[in-house]
Amino acid sequence: MTNDPFYRRNYIIRGTVILIVLLFIVRLFWLQVIDQSQKEKADNNALLRQVVYPSRGLVYDRNGELLVFNQPIYEVTLILREMKQGFDTVAFCRCLNIDSTEFAERMAQIKDKRRNRGFSTYTPQIFMSQLSKQDVASLRETSYKYSGMGIRKRTLRGYNYPYAAHILGSVGEVSQSDLDRDSYYQAGDYAGRDGMERTYEQRLRGEKGVEVIMRDSRGRIQGSYHDGEEDVEAIAGKDLHLTLDIRLQAVAEQLLNGKVGSAVAIEPSTGEILALASSPTWNPEILVGKQRSEQYSRLLADEGKPLLNRATQAMYPPGSTFKTIQSVVCLQEGGITPNTMYPCSGPGSTPIKCTHHHGSPVALLGAIEQSCNPYFWCAFRDMLQKEGYGNDNEVFRKRYNLWREDVMKFGLGAKFDHTDISEQSTGTIPSEKLFNRTYGQKGWKAITIRSLSIGQGEILATPLQLANQAATLANRGYYITPHINRELTDDPQLRHETGMKAEWFELTAEGMHRVMTNGTGRWNNIDSLQMCGKTGTAQNPHGKDHAIFIGFAPMDNPKIAVAVIVENAGFGATWAAPVASLMMEQYLTDTIKRKPLFNKIANAHFTTAHDTKQ
Amino acid sequence: MTRNNSIVAGLDWMSIILFVVIALFGWLNIYGAGYTFEQTSMFDLGNRAGKQLLWFGIACFLGIAVLFIEGRTYEVTAYIIYAVWLLVLLATPLLAHNTKGSMSWIDLGPLKFQPAELSKMITALALAKYMGRYDYKVRSWRDLVTPVVLLAVPAAIIMVWQRETGSALVYASFLLMFYRMGMSGYVLTGGLSFALLFICSIRFDAIALPFGVGSVGVLLCYLLLTIVVLCFVLFEEGDLKHALIMAGIVTGLYGGGWLLTLWYPTNFNLLSLCVLVAMIVYHAVLVIYRRHFAQLLVTVYVAVALLFCQACTIVFEKVLQPHQRTRIEVLLGLKDDPTGAGYNVNQSLIAIGSGQFTGKGFLKGTQTKLRFVPEQDTDFIFCTVGEEWGFVGSAILLILYCIFIVHLITIAERQRDTFSMIYAYCVAGIFLFHLTINIGMVLGLLPVIGIPLPFFSYGGSSMISFTLLLFVLLRLDAERLNKMR
Repeated sequence: MTNDPFYRRNYIIRGTVILIVLLFIVRLFWLQVIDQSQKEKADNNALLRQVVYPSRGLVYDRNGELLVFNQPIYEVTLILREMKQGFDTVAFCRCLNIDSTEFAERMAQIKDKRRNRGFSTYTPQIFMSQLSKQDVASLRETSYKYSGMGIRKRTLRGYNYPYAAHILGSVGEVSQSDLDRDSYYQAGDYAGRDGMERTYEQRLRGEKGVEVIMRDSRGRIQGSYHDGEEDVEAIAGKDLHLTLDIRLQAVAEQLLNGKVGSAVAIEPSTGEILALASSPTWNPEILVGKQRSEQYSRLLADEGKPLLNRATQAMYPPGSTFKTIQSVVCLQEGGITPNTMYPCSGPGSTPIKCTHHHGSPVALLGAIEQSCNPYFWCAFRDMLQKEGYGNDNEVFRKRYNLWREDVMKFGLGAKFDHTDISEQSTGTIPSEKLFNRTYGQKGWKAITIRSLSIGQGEILATPLQLANQAATLANRGYYITPHINRELTDDPQLRHETGMKAEWFELTAEGMHRVMTNGTGRWNNIDSLQMCGKTGTAQNPHGKDHAIFIGFAPMDNPKIAVAVIVENAGFGATWAAPVASLMMEQYLTDTIKRKPLFNKIANAHFTTAHDTKQ
Repeated sequence: MTRNNSIVAGLDWMSIILFVVIALFGWLNIYGAGYTFEQTSMFDLGNRAGKQLLWFGIACFLGIAVLFIEGRTYEVTAYIIYAVWLLVLLATPLLAHNTKGSMSWIDLGPLKFQPAELSKMITALALAKYMGRYDYKVRSWRDLVTPVVLLAVPAAIIMVWQRETGSALVYASFLLMFYRMGMSGYVLTGGLSFALLFICSIRFDAIALPFGVGSVGVLLCYLLLTIVVLCFVLFEEGDLKHALIMAGIVTGLYGGGWLLTLWYPTNFNLLSLCVLVAMIVYHAVLVIYRRHFAQLLVTVYVAVALLFCQACTIVFEKVLQPHQRTRIEVLLGLKDDPTGAGYNVNQSLIAIGSGQFTGKGFLKGTQTKLRFVPEQDTDFIFCTVGEEWGFVGSAILLILYCIFIVHLITIAERQRDTFSMIYAYCVAGIFLFHLTINIGMVLGLLPVIGIPLPFFSYGGSSMISFTLLLFVLLRLDAERLNKMR
């Protein structure tokens, strides 16, 4: 390396290193020895950024009834270092109603660095939280006895009604995944955990503010910095106006009491969900505050699965209520005309039995009224076979796909898009592929899939989808995606046309009206309300049949569409229809005159699972 | 046996002693930074100090293990390790979880490992191997391409893919080695001038001139480039006559523009650009006249610099992450924000300043204890030194680092083969860069770029990586006597 032409550069490099370090030392000398202002700052004003929590948005129902509000709770904090100046532990424990062992335990918890990472003897540490105003009142009065104690206020959710727990959801401490995903949160913050509290978290939470305060080097608060110029005010969360009618929701939940099932009501012209009840349910109040985690585990362990929102997540075969769609689709695709008649020989019919004897042959209106199974099987068959089967079954399969597309236009077989309802199930309208897989392309014909004609077999729908189906029928051919935030109502994306003739809907509505006047719904009819409906009894391989009802009222210019499912209750006419009928009465007349019917249904119990509300 | 004996005999004990002293001092300060007046033991593995001691132990063990590996091994395997490590760097963000926006940490059981730390050493070895070839010439453009690619690839992966800008910037430290190996001094001064242009265009861009039309930033950039051209003519070409004529023209044009403002708002940005172009053309004519075309270098430089000025604003607004932009803005004085981005630095200065001449004493600091300074045991660990050990302690620490790095250069200079020498200069460059950026940041002289203080900051990953970096050099150095034979 002796003949290195750049050898001298090593001196330049060494010089640079020494120069840099020298520069640092000069800077240090300036900061630490000459300039005294840093020392003063350290002695007097260490800045502390204290978070100011915004108040969370309130939640109202469609009539402006306050559903969810904020209630204050209190935390007792201690500054350990200042406690040495005099702390009456005995009086302190008495005020908080704890014994000295618990006091010692809580102090040990505060000092445990693994659990309390922000531990310092100079700053306020939370001793006890989620206390009510009454709990801290006596502490306040005698606060002079406890040096180093502070009382901090935070807010929790409060509920005016014990209903709509599934929709409203709850607020709890943020999870680790929330913390990782959104830097807005800090450990210990509250955030919406489920339901609309979670869906609308961003809007309800508002924005945290900051109060810049000065502390001395002992951590004692000295006042605000720059007279509060650097402070950022907290912005309160925005209120939320739901489409729910809390009185209707209450009626629905009372009627479902003691049963497993759900009831959904929609305003057809707007897609606004008026009520969405799932049973069993719980009082939203139990998931607030100290008891939250304990109560949540209890709900989680409950064999009645109350946490499952059956209205949007449970799937059932729609049974005879599906005949309303069959009526429209078969007319639309030319399988039948309004005057087509088919014979029925009651329970002796093949390949599908009818439940009872009635006049034969029947045309469409009579068939809906009597819920005639053979009629709908024949209509379904003729619609699918209209153009024959073709080579390799091709024409038939094309017809099947046409039928499936038509049915899906009622909102079945797919989740609703652009809605604010989280946790939906998809439901099933079986695809051609499914049958091809089971039977081979050539192996299935109308007779193979005959159960579909009466809403059994592979068809599955959620109660919400059924209610939306009722709304589509009520609207005579379109629906607005169901939603719970009123602001969504005007979104043009939500409108879905079926593209089928209004005439066919009108005819089907007429049939549904006759169900209520002469058919299976006649025991639950109120003439003046012009109710239209269709009962169903879904076969359930696991037990007793599910009772189903869909309907709307009044027939002209409908205001409410309803779907009700009561699991394992038997006939739709006996258990689901009265629930729907009473809900229509409540919504349209704002009162219930049929008290005996109401009490009979509300007091009927079909489940041994204890009701979590008691 | 004899070989190992000769290794021990050739071992550079001075570096080892400095390494141990600095690391143990760092450990004391980590304990101090985490201490809250009631903490128990320095050796408790539940706290950071205890863990750091464990990392130090592991690092020493690995370091000693490295001493037993023959130096030639590194030379032979340099490329393979480099290639494998590139794959590790690429895979890291897929396995990592997001740590404050950076995707560079992998969980290995109790240890969170940052592959970017070790990649500095691996890149240094690959560079040393490539540039250690006997026919290698750093002045040849062709020979420069491969080394630049070798260091740019990992740097780019770390910056863009792992979003860890601090660790990527460390690759700039290899410039020191390039300079020593004969890279043109123009590259360094050119780089420095680009930094100056960047600052001018960002810092003063939004400020309008008090006279005429235009922004101060643009005027400053063009003026700076004009002055560069004049200096080049004066110092590099030694042409006093033409330098004076050019200076006269520049002054005349600017003076004319100034006079014009009395009647008409002159666009000074346009004027300064015209002046610059005029000087370049003037210089080009001179060059053609003299047929000394190498001097056209300055023309190329100005052209690139002009493009760079245009790109600056775009890079600043589009490429940099918002928090990086804020840091630069705060440093340049564009934003005064004692509670936001400037908070760390502000608190760090207060903590250091409050230490005074002799410091508050071990474990007696209050600023760091109250957690005013974030990252007080990692990137901002020097605050604790400043507060508790005062000017005396901090200056001694800086002097120790200074001796350490200068001694590394001494080691580098006594190597007999180019491979070891290049590697040694890379090591010295990396340590110097970390020291400069970290201390500069804590003292409020440089923007906040989160890189650790070698051997001092809390962290197993960096402690182990720095130790390996040093001990590989020590092994190479210990073998130098054998190379005589």
